[in-house]
Amino acid sequence: MDIATQSIDGGFAEPVFNAQVVFRAIMDAMARPGAVQDVPQLTRPPAPLSATAAAAALSLCDNDTPVWLDPPLQAEASVKAWLGFHTGAPMANTPADAHFALIANPKEMAALDGFAQGTQEYPDRSTTLIFLVDDLASGPSLLLEGPGIEKTSMIAPPGMPRHFVEQWKQNNQRFPRGVDIILAAPGSLACLPRTTRIKTMEA
Amino acid sequence: MNAQSTEIATYNFAYLDEQTKRMIRRAILKGIAIPGYQVPFASREMPMPYGWGTGGVQVTASIIGPDDVLKVIDQGADDTTNAVSIRAFFKKVAKVAVTTETAKATIIQTRHRIPEHPLNAGQVLVFQVPIPEPLRFLEPRETETRKMHALEEYGLMHVKLYEDIAKHGRIATTYAYPVKVEGRYVMDPSPTPKFDNPKMHRSPALQLFGAGREKRIYAVPPFTDVVSLDFEDHPFEVQTFDQPCALCGAANVYLDEVILDDHGGHMFVCSDTDHCEKRRADSTSPSWGGRAKGADGGNGQSSLSSTPTPARRADPRHKGEGKEAE
Repeated sequence: MDIATQSIDGGFAEPVFNAQVVFRAIMDAMARPGAVQDVPQLTRPPAPLSATAAAAALSLCDNDTPVWLDPPLQAEASVKAWLGFHTGAPMANTPADAHFALIANPKEMAALDGFAQGTQEYPDRSTTLIFLVDDLASGPSLLLEGPGIEKTSMIAPPGMPRHFVEQWKQNNQRFPRGVDIILAAPGSLACLPRTTRIKTMEA
Repeated sequence: MNAQSTEIATYNFAYLDEQTKRMIRRAILKGIAIPGYQVPFASREMPMPYGWGTGGVQVTASIIGPDDVLKVIDQGADDTTNAVSIRAFFKKVAKVAVTTETAKATIIQTRHRIPEHPLNAGQVLVFQVPIPEPLRFLEPRETETRKMHALEEYGLMHVKLYEDIAKHGRIATTYAYPVKVEGRYVMDPSPTPKFDNPKMHRSPALQLFGAGREKRIYAVPPFTDVVSLDFEDHPFEVQTFDQPCALCGAANVYLDEVILDDHGGHMFVCSDTDHCEKRRADSTSPSWGGRAKGADGGNGQSSLSSTPTPARRADPRHKGEGKEAE
């Protein structure tokens, strides 16, 4: 399949209703950090972009939101063409310009504080990071607490960034500034808003 | 639910165009991530005037799906103009199921009340907000209030509450009573009576706030601390009523005064019409037991037959009647 066809195929079959389903899953996940929300496979994006991450991008991104791609996604012209065709979102020049960042390889990604953090007056002007992860249960366990969580919540995404717990603690300390993360796994997603604290677990 | 082929032309599902929905959805996510912070958004003109819930309607339109069940209340009532028209609006533009029962709704759009029935984890409460900025009447400049929020500088709000005490001997603010969310942002809970403030604290439901004219969206995620501002020697307290609901006998609920004639005849009834109707339909229902007790002395049926007759008085004295605990 050539790039032109690849960039057109595989979007939402029913844009209005599909976008609503995906948004509600993200909203519920953001409101209940660590709770896993199911997302049906609604998109068929070119690799290495995953269906869930692509669905999140299609439901949230448009020409108002510069998107930053990490090097593995950046390297695929078909990914850029697909996102460009379906969302119309411009590519951000630097992570600090991005409203959304799609990260196919969180393990190797740049530091969280390199992305837009918002300002003290406008903390909403920050980057929302969409991590592509293999699942939400096979990595090191993260014990979560904070708004949206009744007592504690647990999630275990594999392949998270280096020193993630320490980086996330710094992200907490910047509140109300900071980044929010959408963890997009096959068939499901979960969120870590900037208010969520990771309780360190020994061994 | 597919596009309705029988209609020649129709609005997009839920009235708003998709780009507007995306913009509002992004604002909602930021609002949830920064509880109590007012996210600016590009509010659209809606087919209703400002002040009629354009903010709440835009939030509801952006989150609602074909499977949702919508309830709309106006001062607690399902059958007043604002509630009826907004419910009809979404029935028409989104063809969603509507209900008046709090427990059956997935989305509840509200003007100035939180239902008496406890909300559950799957529900979303959408507030219509006229003035989202709690500091606006203390500091009219947006540039300044924004800085005050940025620096967490809320001394002025405490001065205002203190002046209440100096003038009236108590905090006289009875609605739109300021709250602090998760220990950071001071937030206007919209003009709900302060009676409802405790229901916001660690509520299992997601609470979204939309202000159309002022172009702000904010949110309180579930299980989030929402603390009403007060002083150690003047702790926050809610309104109490010296009589139960005249129709269903419920105590510990918020009551509206209903004027019956021009001779001072009046009665106090539940502001939450669904709650009141449910109780009257089944006053022995165990789910209302805790609240019904004390109202009818534990004798469920008798309260129905002995509905109090409205008091008639030649001399109406309305001085804070039933509104405030002294």
